[in-house]
Amino acid sequence: MNYFWDLFLGGLTRGSIYALIALGYTMVYGILQLINFAHGEIYMIAAFTALIVASILTMQGLTGFSVLILAGVIAILYAAAYGFTVEKIAYKPLRQASRLSPLISAIGMSIFLQNYVMLAQTSDFLPFPNLLPQSEFLDSISAWIGPSDFIIIVTSSVVMIALSLLLKFTKMGRAMRATAQDREMAMLTGVSVNRIISRTFIIGSALAAIGGLLIASHVGRINFYIGFNAGIKAFTAAVLGGIGSIPGAMLGGLVLGLAESFGTGYISSDYESVFAFTILILILILKPDGILGRSSQQKV
Amino acid sequence: MKYAPELKRSATIALWLILLTFPIMVIQVNTIENIVVWRWMNIAGVGTVAFVLSFLWQIYQHRKTESPLPVSAHLPAFQRLLADPKLYRPMLIFIAAFALVFPFTASHYQINIMSTALIYIMLGLGLNIEVGLAGLLDLGYVAFYAVGAYSYALLNYHFGLGFWTLLPAGALLAAFFGILVGFPVLRLRGDYLAIVTLAFAEILRLVLENWNALSFGPSGISNIPRPGLFGIELTLEQSAVYMYFLLIALCLLTIFVIYRLQHSRIGRAWVALREDELACQAMGIDKTRAKLTAFALGATWAGMAGVLFAAKTTFINPASFTFMESAMILAIVVLGGMGSIVGVIIAALAIILLPEYLRVLGDYRMLLFGAALIGMMVFRPRGLITPSSRTYVFQPSEHQERT
Repeated sequence: MNYFWDLFLGGLTRGSIYALIALGYTMVYGILQLINFAHGEIYMIAAFTALIVASILTMQGLTGFSVLILAGVIAILYAAAYGFTVEKIAYKPLRQASRLSPLISAIGMSIFLQNYVMLAQTSDFLPFPNLLPQSEFLDSISAWIGPSDFIIIVTSSVVMIALSLLLKFTKMGRAMRATAQDREMAMLTGVSVNRIISRTFIIGSALAAIGGLLIASHVGRINFYIGFNAGIKAFTAAVLGGIGSIPGAMLGGLVLGLAESFGTGYISSDYESVFAFTILILILILKPDGILGRSSQQKV
Repeated sequence: MKYAPELKRSATIALWLILLTFPIMVIQVNTIENIVVWRWMNIAGVGTVAFVLSFLWQIYQHRKTESPLPVSAHLPAFQRLLADPKLYRPMLIFIAAFALVFPFTASHYQINIMSTALIYIMLGLGLNIEVGLAGLLDLGYVAFYAVGAYSYALLNYHFGLGFWTLLPAGALLAAFFGILVGFPVLRLRGDYLAIVTLAFAEILRLVLENWNALSFGPSGISNIPRPGLFGIELTLEQSAVYMYFLLIALCLLTIFVIYRLQHSRIGRAWVALREDELACQAMGIDKTRAKLTAFALGATWAGMAGVLFAAKTTFINPASFTFMESAMILAIVVLGGMGSIVGVIIAALAIILLPEYLRVLGDYRMLLFGAALIGMMVFRPRGLITPSSRTYVFQPSEHQERT
């Protein structure tokens, strides 16, 4: 196992998580043209919920796979419910307002949720149990890939493929794409836009919850502030790939993760985020609509 | 009962929120000692607050649909007040008198808070050029503020230059940095611009945090001198008062300059740029120049505010220049009602003074502040002052009457 391979895997792991969170940003942006600053907080709340549920289950004597499944499912459901509620409270009343008003209420929501978790739980770092399962198969490949790296990469790939299929082939997916393309026209063809927006928030939040669960398990500790940095990075990834584009968010996440991993590995570990942001600026100067973004022709 | 359906809905919403907040609010686990604390009382709190708030919200919605107000009444009270010179002149005199008397009646602490608010008025007005007038969404405005503060601190530390030399120097350096950021992002639109400005600000902050040889790292720079007054020695209290008046003077200058800019040729070009980029180009406006001047002028005020901030607090470190600051300044501009000077001033006072006076609430301060931001946006999505563009009335000339 050499250094390069290590960095590559680390970047891939990190990038998959960024991609999972970035999908929520890009889906919401595609439909509402809103940067949902509270999205990172949903990811943080999911990690906290999973921690609470897992701890209680472990104290009841449960172990292994059942804890992971139960804690995971509850965390994902709760994250989805939070996403749904946040949209109803902070964004829905602002549907008709100028584009910056929901942005400010999103920032307000982000501050609110951070402080809510800090006050109700704790401001310290909490240790997060490793929920990822152990098996003989994972031990056998541990020579060239760490078990949690493997699980993160595989899980996020499966989730992303599932999402792409959902958007491509189901009726709901088609309605979502239609709403993203032209909200009024979609409404005229009988799409219930409010319901589609709610579902977008639910799906995006669930994806963020999966990301939160995986990374919390991998890193091993959480606090109320983790959502903020992850949110900014994931948003960067979404823009890097071309905001509004689903494959763009995935690619952007991976590029960002690899850039950070190689940058910290070969140049300097102090400037982790600087590499991510520099790559972003360079790519946007060369391709102003992101890597996979549509170059939108503007008309008067 | 008159409000039966509303009460029922509020109850449903309260139940939903109790369910939603259950794991975070009620359960607290201690994984080290394996203890679970169940705080059942919190359910009652969440339920009551949710029920009351949702009920009030529904009543508000009900009232709004039942008796829509006449158009003129849609303007908030103080905006109607501003439209009438008979009313606003005495008010201006009152505000001026208050501003003059304030430092001699208030405590040292309150003067300091007010000075901070005045700095934010300058920042808000500066960002207003970029976001409010030119429509360039800048999420990294704090970078220019940092450039100003660090230029004062570092140039003073290394070369011993004074406040009055460095005030324009800091402003100029920030303007230069503004052009530097402006150039690569000229091609970008909307939210791409937003994220790139954010990226620039984060890069600057991280460099300041890690490049110890240049910036003294996270520990920051202390003992930055306060501004001098013709070599007179001032006590701490006196210098706070002096700083306050200095800020008042500079705020008045800012207001004057921005007011004049707004209605100048370049100001109208910015508004045109904000409304429609392509149409604006078609009208013969140099897009590059308009955008760069917006960045440079916006950054100038941030640079000046940065110098003043460093001189006021006498200590700076990178932690003062996080994304949260940019977000606060942006909140001031949006809440003020994009492009309105009076709105920005009121919003800056509200956003800076509110958390300070909420200090009595202790830990709940930021929680309520977040909620207040959402509330202010939901109730006044266009901001406190609805910007109205100047309208030009067509006056038929003699020539046209003859034809």
